[in-house]
Parts: sequence; structure tokens; C-alpha cells
Amino acid sequence: MALKTEELVLNMGPQHPSTHGVLRLEVQLEGELVTKVTPHLGYLHRCFEKHAEAMTYPQVIPYTDRMDYLASMYNNFGYVIGVEKMLGIQVPERVEYIRIIMGELQRIASHMVALGTYGLDIGAFTPFLYLFRDREKILTLFEITCGARLLYNYMWVGGLSHDLHPDFERLTREFISYFRPNIDELNNLLTYNKIFVERTANIGVLPKETAINYGITGPNLRASGLKYDLRRNDPYSIYDRFDFEIPVGEGLVGTVGDCWDRFYVRVLEMEQSLKIVEQALNQLPEGDINEALPKRVKPPKGSIYQRVENPKGELGYFIISDGTVNPFRVKVRAPSFVNLAILNELSKGHLVADIIAILGSLDIVLGEIDR
Amino acid sequence: MKTAKEILEILQKKFPEIEFSLVEDEPSDQIIFTDALKIHEICEFLRDGEGLKFDTLMNLSGVDDANGEKQTNDDGSETIVGGTLSVYYNLDSIELNHKTTLQVSTSRESPKVESVNLIWRAADWHEREAYDMLGIKFLNHPDLRRILMPYDWEEGSYPLRKDYKDPEFYQGMKVPY
Amino acid sequence: MGLLDQEFLDSNIVIAKSDDLLNWARLSSLWQLSFGLACCAIEMMATSASNYDFDRFGVMPRPTPRQADIIIISGTVTLKMAIRIKRLYEQMPDPKYIISMGSCANCGGPYWEHGYHVLKGVDRVIPVDVYVPGCPPRPEALLEGLLKLQEKIRHETLRTKKA
Repeated sequence: MALKTEELVLNMGPQHPSTHGVLRLEVQLEGELVTKVTPHLGYLHRCFEKHAEAMTYPQVIPYTDRMDYLASMYNNFGYVIGVEKMLGIQVPERVEYIRIIMGELQRIASHMVALGTYGLDIGAFTPFLYLFRDREKILTLFEITCGARLLYNYMWVGGLSHDLHPDFERLTREFISYFRPNIDELNNLLTYNKIFVERTANIGVLPKETAINYGITGPNLRASGLKYDLRRNDPYSIYDRFDFEIPVGEGLVGTVGDCWDRFYVRVLEMEQSLKIVEQALNQLPEGDINEALPKRVKPPKGSIYQRVENPKGELGYFIISDGTVNPFRVKVRAPSFVNLAILNELSKGHLVADIIAILGSLDIVLGEIDR
Repeated sequence: MKTAKEILEILQKKFPEIEFSLVEDEPSDQIIFTDALKIHEICEFLRDGEGLKFDTLMNLSGVDDANGEKQTNDDGSETIVGGTLSVYYNLDSIELNHKTTLQVSTSRESPKVESVNLIWRAADWHEREAYDMLGIKFLNHPDLRRILMPYDWEEGSYPLRKDYKDPEFYQGMKVPY
Repeated sequence: MGLLDQEFLDSNIVIAKSDDLLNWARLSSLWQLSFGLACCAIEMMATSASNYDFDRFGVMPRPTPRQADIIIISGTVTLKMAIRIKRLYEQMPDPKYIISMGSCANCGGPYWEHGYHVLKGVDRVIPVDVYVPGCPPRPEALLEGLLKLQEKIRHETLRTKKA
């Protein structure tokens, strides 16, 4: 007689240590195997788009901070260059360089949290402590620049809130030489760890074509083997002046596009970001940072879709102006929001524990998904 | 690289029965305005057509145009009657490295737009969000329900509409400050 | 060497008030429900990590509310989440304490005016012991909040009901 089986529904979250915030997953299981994952979002829906309509253009910047709170600098970045394009402002060279330095430092900090918490999800506690130790050093750099640790409101339309601290350049160079060897330390500690590789290699393989159709961007897309980075493919600011590589997944320990690749691409990206910061520091010109600050931010009628390469992927702002001081509509194309939609596709046929590995490797931030 | 004008010419040749027009838009390129109930056919062609190859949907935004008639209620709040809701599609071709924007409009009273979910899976959640925030119904969407707001949020109450009013209570919790 | 080194060579008796003993035990091992909401959760994580080391105050993250003593509401509470927070709070065993971390949890923060989906202050659903201001509060501020909570617990007594 055949064994009678039935489907089991398992609920994960919103309070779950591995869902990176307040995400709820409804998992349907056939024995130990996952047949369907339904994410339920909105537990952190903070009405960003409604606020954007009620605020003036500069007032929206602090709210962009609070979307992807691990990459606040970059959220500012995308929004201000969008508004600047609408106004037709050209910011001074020094501002462009400082923005790039801050953006790339923020990318490193964001990847540190991604990698650290990913280790935590898989069961490795030590790398988390090591990475947070180093992340504090970046936060110190931000703090001496603008006084805030996490949410900066640093980039303004047409300029910056503060110029660099006199010590900034020295401290950043010190940080770069301090952090470079630590990447190897991380690799020895976690990346090539036998247990870690067993948990992540060949899990959640994402083919290139599926990724493109789902609109996946950022490290998750590059891990699938496509060399696509907006800093190169649709250059904004002054990224075309720097020499850096775009790391892609190669399937060193498993298949191209598995969880391990998504992890490793981030490790490699940290190195490249250090390289960009170094070059930008070498070329940093003198000048007045507030030269181009407009008296009133009142863009003419029109719309713009501005996208930048956020640490998580393509961050897009679709801004419509009706000619007043308030935006008519700001829609955010949040990278995590789009990246999370692939979860069901990736998890099918894997074990319950692998959902955690897959979810962690996508590196989502709920503040951005729910906005 | 193709401009909106060139894309429009290709589209007009392919779909002579559908109306297209160009909307001026600064500082971006022009926007192609078209029919909300034919958008899925157009998008399928844009994805597969020779020389177009728009393989990803970058963004899909629902917008309340607020161009209807404004009526003032007794308590001082405003209601908008008539007018349109719009949906903007920002398309990108990774293969050919060009971009374009489409726009469709639909009536505010019974907003209906064809879903492009089967063409780009990325549209799935974006469309659910547009439905959640503005109440735009995407026809042939497999799973159209609220995504960010609670499932039991008041029927017909869509927060991003310009005349939206906060409810006083939700499940016994006071909503306004 | 420890404070009581060489003091107890034989088995011994220590006399203390039961209030003091229980309060001391409670305040030195406040297990925290590992549960983050928004931006403040990142600062909470930073507080638990290397540089600030929450562990030295006896605060350890527990993933289940059944084993937790305090819950740190770290971030914006939305209407959808408020119902779950209330349930989590009810699942915790007594005595239980709440730290409301950050402006959003205190009063709605920057979302107070147009936040149609934001609960303006977590104290509308559960009672709060300590409010930590800031957006987000620095780790030092959270530690200060914890010390204030310990102070509060130190003066509790078994006889009267806690407020």
C-alpha cells in the first residue's frame, strides 16, 4: 500500500532570525522538499512614495536614506543626480569625486553586512564579528565627514552637506591598506571553508536568461555570468574615468550562478571598490563644493528615469515633475524588490534549510522592498 | 541605439490598427503613448522584434494623473472625479544597450490595463504594487492582490491616489497621529 | 582575580534580601528577542557585534519569544506588523521588558504626518519601559537605554505590582 502523503505549509517570519528583517515566507513542502515559496511583503511599508509627493525635492533626500539603510549614500546619489539632470545642473569636479568615494565606501560597507549575515545564516558566527569590526572603520570615516553613522543625508541636489574632513584622506588610505589583507582573511575563514562550500555550492542555480527575464540586477545577475554593470554599461557621474574590473561568477566550486558565486562576486567587488576609492583619492581636485547649489529646486515639467548601480543592483528613480517645488510622483525601482521575486523559482526542489541559503545570497533589505 | 521616433516608426508599421503618439518629455527622450488594452502585444513585439530586443523591464510605475474634476466635500477634503491613471514602462535592452519609455492611460473609474507579466516576469510584482497603490486592474495577471498593504485593507482605498484619505482606525489601532 | 577571591574557603552562607537577589539575577541576564524591524536593527546589530559588545551586559539574542526577557522594538512599526508585535509580546513569559528604540518606535518619527501605514508609536499596542531617542540612536544610546532599564529593574520589588 502506498504511503499517504499530504502537503505541509510552513510559515517563516515575520519574526525569524534568517529572513533579514520582517519578511514572511509561506513555504509549501512535499516531505522535506520545497514545492512553492510565497513571500508576503509589506511589514515595513513606510509610504515613501506618498511622502515624496508631500515634500519638496531636497526634503525627500532623508527619506531615500531610509529605504536601503545599508546603502544610504548610494540612495542619495541616485536621487540627486536624477534631480540634477532635470534641473540641468553640472556639479563641480570635487563633488563628483567625493560622491564616488562615498558611494564606493558604502558599497564595501553594504557588502560587509551582506557577507557577514550570510555567514551567520549558514552557521558561521566569527566572520560576522570580523566584518562588523571592519565596517565600524568605514562608519567612522562617514561620521567624521557628516556626523552620522547610518543615515547621512549627505548628498544634496547640486552639492554636498559637508566638505571632507582634513584627516579624511589619510584615514581612508589607512583603511584601504588595513582592509586589503582582511579580504584574504575572510576568504580563508569563510569563502573556502568546507562546510560553507557544501552548504552553498550548486544550491539555487540561477541561469542567465531567467535572471534577465526576471529583471535581476547587481551582483546576483553578475554571478550568473553576465558582465553587466551600470557603472560601465550606462555610465553616470564620472565612472568612465576609473579603471576597474567587473567580477562575474565562474562557478569555481560548483555551477555558475549558485549561491557560492553570488557570495564570491561580492567579495571580489569589495576589492574593486577599494581600487576605485584609491584612484579617486589620487585624482581628487580642490574646489568649492557648494558652488552649484541651486537657490530653489524647482525642475521644469517632465520626467526622468535615473538608474544607478546600488550595492544590491539597479536602483532606479522615476521622477515626474509638474513644475512645482514638490515632485508629482517618485516611483522607486528597488533592486531588492525585484531580486526577491526570483525566490520561488530558485527554491523549488531544494530542502527547507536551503531556502535560508538562497535568501541570504540574494542580499535583500526589507526597507527597500517595502519602502 | 534607437530613438523613440525610430521605434515608433517600426511599431506603426507592425501594428497599423493601433494608435500611437509621441509625448514630449524633458530631459529624457520622448515617450511612446499607446493603447492600454493592446500593450501586451506591443511589448511582446518589442521584446522579440529584430533590432529592438528589449529584454528587460526596468521599471513599471502607476501614476495618478489627477487631471479630473476636483470636488470639495463637506469636511473640506477633496475628491477627484473623472480623469485618468497612467502606467509607464521603462524598457531596456541589455543586448543592444538602448532604452525607451512607454505610457498608457486608463480611466480612473474602471482602470484596466493588459498585464505584461508573461512577457517579463519582472512585471509581476510591479503590477501588483500598482494595483495595491492605485487600484489599476491588470487583466490576465495570475495573482493580482495587494502586496504591500494588508490583505484586509479597506476595499477600494488606494493610498497613492491624490485624493486618498486616511482611515480613522485599522483593526482597533488609531491611524492618524 | 575576582572580587570574592579567598573569601569563601569553606562552604558558606550569603544573606541577601530576596528582592535584591532576584533583581540582580534578572538585570544581569536580560535575554533579548532577536528581532529587528528597520534601520535601527542595523544599529542594534552593530551594538551586538565586536565594537560595542552587548554580551558584556548579559544581553544575548534568543530567536524565540518564549525564552526572551526583553524585546527591543528597533524601527518603524507598521500597522501590518503591529499585530504581530503584539502577539510576540504576549508570547513572552513574565517578567518582560520593552525598549523602544528610535524615533519611529517612539512616536512615528519622520513618518508621523503622511505615514498612512505607520503606527505612530509602539506604545499604542504594547507598554514601553524605556524610550531611546534618535534616528537611528547610536549604539552608545542603546547601551544607555539598557542601563536605564537595569536601573529600573534594580528598584523593583516583589510586593507591589510593577507598573
